[in-house]
Amino acid sequence: MSILIKNGRVVDPANSIDAVLDVLIENGKIAGVSGDIKVQTETLIDAAGKIVAPGIVDMHVHLREPGREDKETVATGTAAAAKGGVTTLLAMPNTAPAMDSAENIELLKEIIRKTSKVNVLVCGTITRGRLGKELSDIPGLKKNGACAISDDGCSVDDRGLMLEAFKAAKKAGILTVCHCEDKGVSGKGVINLGFNSTRLGLRGIPNESEYKRVARDIELAEKAGTCVHIAHVSCRQSVEIISAAKKKGIKVTCETAPHYFSLTDDALLGYDTNMKINPPLRSPDDLAAIKQGLMDGTIDVIASDHAPHTENEKDIEFERAEFGKIGLESGLSIGIMELVDKKILSWPEFIEKTALNPAKILGISKGTLGVGADADVIVVDAKKEFILDKKKIVSKSKNSPFIGKRLRGLVEYTICKGRQVYKA
Amino acid sequence: MAWNKKDLLGLEYLSAEEIGLILETAESFKEVSTREIKKVPALRGKTAVNLFYEPSTRTRVSFEVAAKRLSADVINISTETSSVRKGETLIDTGKNIQALKADIIIIRHSCSGAANMLAGALDISVVNAGDGWHEHPTQALLDIFTLKEKLGGVKGLNVAIVGDIAHSRVARSNIWGLTKLGANVTVCAPRMLLPSQIERTGVRTSSDLDEVLRNADAVNVLRMQFERDEETAFPQQLDYYKKFGITEERLAKAKKGIVVMHPGPINRGIEMSSGVADGGNSVILDQVTNGIAVRMAVLFLVAQAREVKA
Repeated sequence: MSILIKNGRVVDPANSIDAVLDVLIENGKIAGVSGDIKVQTETLIDAAGKIVAPGIVDMHVHLREPGREDKETVATGTAAAAKGGVTTLLAMPNTAPAMDSAENIELLKEIIRKTSKVNVLVCGTITRGRLGKELSDIPGLKKNGACAISDDGCSVDDRGLMLEAFKAAKKAGILTVCHCEDKGVSGKGVINLGFNSTRLGLRGIPNESEYKRVARDIELAEKAGTCVHIAHVSCRQSVEIISAAKKKGIKVTCETAPHYFSLTDDALLGYDTNMKINPPLRSPDDLAAIKQGLMDGTIDVIASDHAPHTENEKDIEFERAEFGKIGLESGLSIGIMELVDKKILSWPEFIEKTALNPAKILGISKGTLGVGADADVIVVDAKKEFILDKKKIVSKSKNSPFIGKRLRGLVEYTICKGRQVYKA
Repeated sequence: MAWNKKDLLGLEYLSAEEIGLILETAESFKEVSTREIKKVPALRGKTAVNLFYEPSTRTRVSFEVAAKRLSADVINISTETSSVRKGETLIDTGKNIQALKADIIIIRHSCSGAANMLAGALDISVVNAGDGWHEHPTQALLDIFTLKEKLGGVKGLNVAIVGDIAHSRVARSNIWGLTKLGANVTVCAPRMLLPSQIERTGVRTSSDLDEVLRNADAVNVLRMQFERDEETAFPQQLDYYKKFGITEERLAKAKKGIVVMHPGPINRGIEMSSGVADGGNSVILDQVTNGIAVRMAVLFLVAQAREVKA
């Protein structure tokens, strides 16, 4: 199968390209990127006025399968990914059963082989059952194809055990992704601690519950001599701690999510449970720090933290509703609107944070349009406006904070390993 | 001005004029309870449903009396014996009540935002009778009504609210209502019982009760809820009483003529001495009486707003 994408603005930071060019795809690989390619192909895409970029590599996705197929499945989640321009994703391990053993990973890989529409990488757990009590068989997870380990949703409270985890990860040559939250501090909190938690009469979650754990995990990773990736950074102090660590040469990378640079806790004032997220939407000052961190390079990656939940789990009293929101289908638009259009990031910088950097951190040869690379390519109409319609959401769950909002930037084509997996 | 809201969810959401309208309407209803036949036909043929997810006697009874004096039919749903026990969601319960063609739901719930959620899901009126730590608007309205009655007005008054501000819906509703009407509000509590950034509502904070009482025209004393407080390790009751209890000795040093309020039920000897509760400065039972007029006004206005819309 061959595809020729003509006259798009090709943004490929891996090869320092930002120019109007043609992209030729043959046999699942990038066969050429240059001006005026004249080859007869099965498919011809006119991308004049559009962005052509490597597909998004989303490091933080909850596919919920196995165990909670009522929320999402590999099939529906990867269909949503394809629609959102995501060609590779890292599936978080808080499934039932959790991805804490070679057998469980094998089970998931079988589902992926049968039903996935895009590349799915598997994340194993740090501890068995994500209980924070004993380490998973980390070398075994790695051997069976886990691409990273994380207890996402939980932090390993036991300092000594976390140090052991970093040492084991170093030995196995696997990345550790840390969900940084001290539940002793966040407690029963449901939104950011501040004036809005006071107004709403809801228990608050202070920034401290996140940044103190960020500092601890960086310290332990350094002690173990390995790298650490901090998930879903939401507050100013975390950005500052990570920035200082990077300046000291510590091997730390981090991600934030589109909601942390587009929404503040003002969005909670109507008790909308789709705005109930962990870590919570923070203050305008935190949002400014996240944008600054993206701009100055402290924040390496933008990931969705796609967290589907059913209506039954969201259409209830705020305090009882689940944390999390979906994001695969809206992340690119939010990034374009809040970062590229507002000149926080250039297009190449934006593609770096959504495709190239996550690929590098995960150690996979993605996020590039280099000749010979897997042909994971998106064509984006960055100016196209649309209203996010709940009925058109592909994800099995509809818990998006952006329903009914006017968004800008629409994926027109998603090509994964040379195959068109989505067309607007 | 005309009232056009189908719901009463909190005083944060009202303008000073809207609060004023409720208070004026309450004044005209107060007289009804002094008649030999304590009834007017204002809500005849309407059905009000008391949907209480938390135990409450005084608020529920006050709403029931208010609705009945307006000639509405009143149904009390106790969640202990209803299908809520069988796991029905709040919205489903609300929709069922709406399908029974009730006109007003009066809801009390332990979760903040429960009334907002229900109001958003239903076409019929929702009146918040207290949701979590969020708001208890009719309590604050009756407190303000009583203050006006006793002191002639609210603007420029120094009002102290003493007690567990952090976990109090009564405090929040009073703060919104009083500040909107131009009172100077001081909240007085141990630091740990003040919620985050409460100053941004326009109140002053203090932990020196004697200093606060010297300048206060009125003090609203909150109920200390030691029984359900898991997370605020405060304070030994005795300790609290020493520092924040309203006693006769304290009142002797307070501003002359200070009005003492309490939303009830009182913990005698915990936040207030018996002498103060029953003494000459206390208007606690007037508050209970005024609660009826204020709730009559609220039920009347929300029902009317719905009729105008329909």
